[in-house]
Amino acid sequence: MKDVREALFVGTATDGRTVRRPLSPHLQIYKPQLTSALSIFHRITGVALSAGTVLLVWWLVAAATSDASFATVSAVLHTWVGHLVLFGWTAALWYHFCAGMRHLVWDAGFGFELPQVHASAAVVLGATGALTVLTWLVGAVIL
Amino acid sequence: MSTTPTQTIMRSGLGRARGLGSAKTGAAHWFAERVSSIALVPLTLWFVLAVFRLAGAPRAAVGAWLASPFNAALMLALVLITFQHSAMGLQVVMEDYIHAEKTRLGAILAMKAVTAILALMSVIAVLKLAIGG
Repeated sequence: MKDVREALFVGTATDGRTVRRPLSPHLQIYKPQLTSALSIFHRITGVALSAGTVLLVWWLVAAATSDASFATVSAVLHTWVGHLVLFGWTAALWYHFCAGMRHLVWDAGFGFELPQVHASAAVVLGATGALTVLTWLVGAVIL
Repeated sequence: MSTTPTQTIMRSGLGRARGLGSAKTGAAHWFAERVSSIALVPLTLWFVLAVFRLAGAPRAAVGAWLASPFNAALMLALVLITFQHSAMGLQVVMEDYIHAEKTRLGAILAMKAVTAILALMSVIAVLKLAIGG
């Protein structure tokens, strides 16, 4: 132990071994649960949406540049790969939106009992599916 | 109600005794992330409706739509707050998973640079369409 702070990292694993505590929860240590799965999925969709903003920037910049560059973006987005990416983008957006609302409710101090946590998880998953399908149905009808 | 004593401070006893803590700006970061997320709730709903209107539309229609100051202002708000929220979230992810200090600092600075440039590119594109279109 080089530093007194190291004392805070001494812990025991479930099999009794002495281990250095991880700084943040490690997926390979915790048993997968509904709560942890939704938590890490919030993070994954957040990172994916960050990458997805590049599409929005590309679309805006192309619209501000020329007819040719706007035609390129439109053509790429209208391929089946483009639609697949946009579908994933929609699903990630609605998941992060719904799970984010769940986090805001927690931040306000509500819904911490385990049955409530499981119920809100079901609501988030159901709403994500429904909103994603609804978005594409509306898109298919009006376009 | 339970009668067992509860610990209301989420720090270990030893950490409190030693006066240890992050002593950084975690609370401000956490709060700003929440504030931006609240702003993004109505902006995201508006954006989805905007996409319904503009998906597959010709370029001239995008320009005409952004010529409305209301649409341009909301688009700027959406882009700026999205990139702010995204940069704050990505920073926390990097702080959690990149343990080597120099690599972590470098990654965070690079990410901030990329998100800032992307945000500025979007702002200039929106302004060009809003004012010049």
